[in-house]
Amino acid sequence: MAKVSKIRKSKKRSKVAGSSSKKPPVVYDDEQEEDVCGAEEDVSSEEDDGEDERKRQKLLEAIGALGGKRKHALAERSEAAVHMSEFSMTADDEADLSDLIGTIEKTPAATAQTKKHLKNLQRSKNTVECPLSKQENERIQRDVAFQKAALEVSRWQSIITQNQRAEQLVFPLNQEPSGPKPIEQVVMGWEARTPLEKEIFSLLAANKQPILDAVLTPAEEASVKAMDLEQVKIRRAERQKARALQSYYEAKARRERKIKSKKYHKVQNKAKRKEFVKQFEELVKTDPAAALEELDKMERARMQERMSLKHQNSGKWAKSKAIMAKYDEGARKAMQQQLEVNKDLTQKLVTSLSKEEEEEEEGEGNTDMLPDFVNDAEFKQDSSNPWMRGRLSEDPTEMELKDTMDALLREFDSRRKQRQDQESDTSAVIVNDGDDGVEEDQVTEDKVAEISDEEEEGLSEFTRMYRGIGKSLEKDAGSKDGSAELEEGLMRIRSVDDVDLLPQETPTEPQQAPTPQHQKSAEQQPSRSRKRKKGIELREVLTKETKVIKVPLAPTVTDSEEKLDQRVLIEEAFAGDDVISDFAREKRKREDEGKPKVIDLTLPGWGEWGGLGLKPSKRKRRRFRIRTEVPPPRKDQHLPSVIISEKRNSAITPHQVSSLPFPFENPAQFESSIRTPLGRTWNTERTVKKMTKPRVVTQLGAIIEPMADEQLLKGKKKVSARRRSRNTKTRTQPAK
Amino acid sequence: YAKLSTHGCISYVVFRFQMKVKVLSRNPDDYVRETKLDIQRVPRNYDPSLHPFEVSREYTRALNATKLERVFAKPFLASLDGHRDGVNCLAKHTQSLSTLLSGSCDGELKVWDLTKRECVRTLQAHEGFIRGVVVRYCGTSFFTVGDDKTIKQWTMETPGYGEEEEPLNTILGKTVFTGLDHHQNKSVFATCGQQVDIWDEQRSSPIRSFSWGVDSFSSIRFNPVETDLLGSCASDRSIILYDMRESTPLKKVVMTMRSNTLCWNPMEAFHFTCANEDYNLYTYDMRFLEKPIKVHMDHVSAVLDVDYSPTGQEFVSASFDKTIRIFPKNDGHSREVYHTKRMQHVICVKWSSDSKYILSGSDEMNIRLWKANAAEKLGVLSHREREAANYSQKLKEKFQHHPQIRRIARHRHLPKIFSFYRFGFSSTKPGSVPVLSEKEKHVVSVVK
Repeated sequence: MAKVSKIRKSKKRSKVAGSSSKKPPVVYDDEQEEDVCGAEEDVSSEEDDGEDERKRQKLLEAIGALGGKRKHALAERSEAAVHMSEFSMTADDEADLSDLIGTIEKTPAATAQTKKHLKNLQRSKNTVECPLSKQENERIQRDVAFQKAALEVSRWQSIITQNQRAEQLVFPLNQEPSGPKPIEQVVMGWEARTPLEKEIFSLLAANKQPILDAVLTPAEEASVKAMDLEQVKIRRAERQKARALQSYYEAKARRERKIKSKKYHKVQNKAKRKEFVKQFEELVKTDPAAALEELDKMERARMQERMSLKHQNSGKWAKSKAIMAKYDEGARKAMQQQLEVNKDLTQKLVTSLSKEEEEEEEGEGNTDMLPDFVNDAEFKQDSSNPWMRGRLSEDPTEMELKDTMDALLREFDSRRKQRQDQESDTSAVIVNDGDDGVEEDQVTEDKVAEISDEEEEGLSEFTRMYRGIGKSLEKDAGSKDGSAELEEGLMRIRSVDDVDLLPQETPTEPQQAPTPQHQKSAEQQPSRSRKRKKGIELREVLTKETKVIKVPLAPTVTDSEEKLDQRVLIEEAFAGDDVISDFAREKRKREDEGKPKVIDLTLPGWGEWGGLGLKPSKRKRRRFRIRTEVPPPRKDQHLPSVIISEKRNSAITPHQVSSLPFPFENPAQFESSIRTPLGRTWNTERTVKKMTKPRVVTQLGAIIEPMADEQLLKGKKKVSARRRSRNTKTRTQPAK
Repeated sequence: YAKLSTHGCISYVVFRFQMKVKVLSRNPDDYVRETKLDIQRVPRNYDPSLHPFEVSREYTRALNATKLERVFAKPFLASLDGHRDGVNCLAKHTQSLSTLLSGSCDGELKVWDLTKRECVRTLQAHEGFIRGVVVRYCGTSFFTVGDDKTIKQWTMETPGYGEEEEPLNTILGKTVFTGLDHHQNKSVFATCGQQVDIWDEQRSSPIRSFSWGVDSFSSIRFNPVETDLLGSCASDRSIILYDMRESTPLKKVVMTMRSNTLCWNPMEAFHFTCANEDYNLYTYDMRFLEKPIKVHMDHVSAVLDVDYSPTGQEFVSASFDKTIRIFPKNDGHSREVYHTKRMQHVICVKWSSDSKYILSGSDEMNIRLWKANAAEKLGVLSHREREAANYSQKLKEKFQHHPQIRRIARHRHLPKIFSFYRFGFSSTKPGSVPVLSEKEKHVVSVVK
C-alpha cells in the first residue's frame, strides 16, 4: 500500500517538473509517458472520495480471510461504473502485489522458480528507488552521447598532430597518381558522344570487335577455345617468335635510319645495288621475260630521272649553293655530289642483254648528258684538248715501268715521229696520239680509276688547273713561251733521248723565275708522286730544317722600371704621413681612455674655511677622491695592428633583436638559427631546395576537399609501416 | 708543305724523346648544359671563406624581400556589384571554383561567374531576407532559407528562355529559419531558428529536432570531417554541439557574449572557431570546452562571420568594423587585414575552395574578391620564379623577429579610428580586477 502511494507521489512530482521546463524535448517516447500520467491522474481524482469506505471494506475482508480456507468472493457490481476491469474488478479497486501473488500460488501453471522469486521479492523490505527526474535523465543521456562523440573524434588525433609536425603539406590530399592509367579504366569512363564515335562503336559492335577489353575478338576467343592446349602453345610460341623477330627488325631499321654518315649509306646503297644486279642476272638466266620487264621498269625510271630537274642543280637549294660555291669548298662539293647522284641514276645499266648497244651509245650519251665541266672529267680521247694529251702521256715513271721491248719499239716510233715533228711542228701531238692509241687507252682507264679514287681535292685542283691552262692558251696564242714550254715538257717525256736529258733540265727549273705555269707544274709533280708513295718519308722530313717561330719577347725591363717609378711616386706622394705611428698613437689613446682614473670631487671650502692658498684637508681629499674600476683586459692587447672597439654601435642597434623571441629557449639557439645561411651562395642546390621547401603546397585551380576517412586509413598505414620498419631494425641489429 | 713538314717534325719529336705533352682539359659534362633551355652551369666553390658575411647578406636580402612584399601587396581583385540590398549570405559551389551564390536582404539570389566577374543568374528566392544559402554536395542544386518561413530547393541550371524560375521543392516551416547547412555526403540538411532541425531531403518534416532551453539560434554548421556532428550558436551566448544520430544535444559552452557564427576546421575534426560579439574569435577543441585553445584578437568591433581556408591552416573573419582579417589558426593576432574606403560592415565571408581567394559580402551591396596572399603572383610561375619566391619566403621567416623587418612586415595603412578603438578605453584601475588569462576570461560555464 505504502509503496504504491509513494510511486504515485513521485510521478506527480515528475509531472510538475515537466510542466515547469518550458520546452520539453519533442520525442515520441516521452509523449506516451505523458499520456499515461494523465490517465492516472484522472483515476486518482475519482478515488479520493470513497477512500475511507474502501479501506474499511478491505480490512473486513482481510479479517474474514484470516480464518479457515481462503475464499475469494467475487466482487459484485453494486452500481453503474464507467470503468469495468476485465478481472471483474471495478476501477475503484486496487490490485495489491500480495493479491496477485496469491492468485499465482493458486494457479498450477506457474513454475516453482517464479514462485520462489516472487516470494523473495515479497520478503525483501527495501523500497524501490524512485526514477530520476527528466532533466537528470537527459543530462546523463547527453553525457553519454558526448563521451561517445569525443571518443569518435579522438581517432583523428594522430593524423592531426602528424600534420602539425609535417615539414610540408600538399593539398589536395587525395591526389591521383600521375602517369598513364590502365586502359580499362580510361575506356570504361569514356563515352561515345559525337556521331562519328557512335558510328565507329556501332560498327565495332556489329563486327563483334572487342571494345572494352581489347585483347581478343569473340571469333578469336572461340578459335582459341576450339584448339587444344598443345596447339595453342605452339601457336603462341610462333606468334611470340614472329613478334620478337619483327621487333628486332624494326629496331635494326630504326638504328640504321638514325646513322648520319653519308659514307655508310653510300656503301649500303652500293651493296644493295650490287645485290640487285646479281639477282637480276640470275633472273635473266632463269626467266628472261621477267628480266626484260624489270629492265623496262628501270629504263622508265631512268627516263623519268632524265626528264625531271631533280639533281640537276637547278633547284632553290642548288642556286643558293651556287652563290656560295665561289667561297665555300663544301658548297662546291655538295653540288658535285648532286651531279654524281644524277649521273648514277641516269646511267644505263650494264647487262648482258644490252652491253653491245650500250658500248655503242656510250660515247655520245655521256658527252651529251652531262651539263657541267665536272663531267668533262670523264676522260675521253679528246684530240682537240692539248692539255689532256700532255697530261695523259706525261708520267715518266710509268714509261719506265713498261717492258723494255715495248720501250724499244716505241723508241723507234718516236724517232720517226720526231722527224715528222720537225717537218710539221704543230701536228706533232696528233700524230703521236694516232700511233700509240692502245697504250693511251690503258693509261686513260688507269687515270679514271685513280681520279675516282681521289677525293674532291684532286678533282677541284684538276679543274682549276684545266681552267687556268685553257685561259692562258686562249689569251695568247702568240706568246709561245708557255705553250713552247708545255710542248717541251711533252717532248721531254715522250722521247727516250729526252729522258736522258731530264736530270740536266730539272735542276735548272727552280732557278728560273716562277711563272704561274711553272708553279702549277711544280704542284702537279708532288701530287703525282704522292700517288706512288703515300705517307711521309722520314728521310725527306729529316733533311729539312724545322721552322723557328720567333716570339716577341715581353719588354720586362721597361715594365719593372715603370713599377719602380710607381712605387717612387707613391712614396713621394705620401711622404708626409706616417701611418704606422699614427695607428700606434690612436691605439695608445684608446687604451688610455680605458685605464682607471682618479676623479677628485673635493669642493674647497665646503665645511671648512675657504679662500686663496687654503687646501682642503687630507681626510676630505681621500674621502672624495674616487677611483674608477679597473676594466677587463682589452681584447686587442696582444694584437699590435688591431684596435678592437667594444663600444655599442648605435647604427646597428635598430637592426638587432632586443629580446629572445618566443619559440626559442636560449640565445644560443636563436643565434644558431640565424647563423645557418639558406641561399645558394652557401649551399648546394639540393640543400637549398630542401631548406626552402614551402610549408603548404596547393595546386592551382584544384578544389581542396575536407579530410576524409581514407586519410585516416592512410595515416594508420604509414604509422604501422614505420613501426614495422623500426621493429625490423631493432631485430636485425643484434644479428649484426 | 710547310704545314706538312712542321707536322712531321712534331711527330718525330714525340717519337724520339717520348715526351708527354700535358694539356689542360676538362669534361664537357661539367660545363655544357644538356639543352639550351637549361640554365647555365656555374661551377661553385662553397668554401665559406670565399663567401663571407653570410648573415648580413641574407639579412639584407630578407629586408629587401619584405619591402618588395609590401610593394607588391595588392590584394583587391574585383568587386561584384548588382545586388540591390546588403549581401546577407554567400555560398561556394562544391564542384566548380568559378561559381558563387549570394543572397541579399531583399530576398534576391544571384549566381556569379567569378572568372568573368559577372552575374549569370538572378532569382527572387524569398520574401524578406535570405538567411542562408547552401549548395548540395553534388553541386546540382542548392537550398535557401528565408524570413518567409520557407526552405526552398533550386536547381543549379539556369532555366531556358521563357521559363520561370521555380524551386524544385518548397517546405513550409512553422517558424523563421535563421541558418542552414548541408551534410557533407548525405542527403540531409540542418536548419536553425527556434530550434535546430535535421531534415531529410525527401521529407517535408524534420527527421529530428533539438532544443535545449534556447529559443533562437543564429547559425548552424556541419562538421566536414566527422560528418555527423554539428555546432550551433545560440542567442543565450552559448555554443551547442549536436550529433545527428543522437536524440539529445551533446554539450554547450556559455560565453560572456554571444557568438555569431562558427566554422569547423576542414582538416582537423575536433577544432572549430567561433566569431564572437566581443570582437574576438575563439578556437575550441570540441572535447575540451572549458577554455578555448586560442583567442584571436584584432578586430575592433563585433565579428560577424568566419570561414576556414580549405587547407585548414588559416581562417578569415569578417567584422562589423568594416575589415576582413586573416588569422593563422594558432596565432593570437591576424597576419593580414583588408579594408577599402567604400566597404561597409562585412556581413559574410568565404575562403575559396582552392585556397587562393577570399570573397566578402558587405552591407553596401557589393561582393569583393580578394587574394588570400596579398603579394602572391597569380597564375603559373616559372621554375626559377617559384624558387626565388620560396627562398625569399624562407628568408622572411628566418629574420621575422628582427625589429626592422617586423616593422615593415606588420605595417598596414588603416584608418585612424582603429588605433583609437584598440587603445582608447582603459576605465579600470590596474590591479582592481583580478588577473585572468585571456583564455579563461570569456567562458562562463560549460553545461553538460
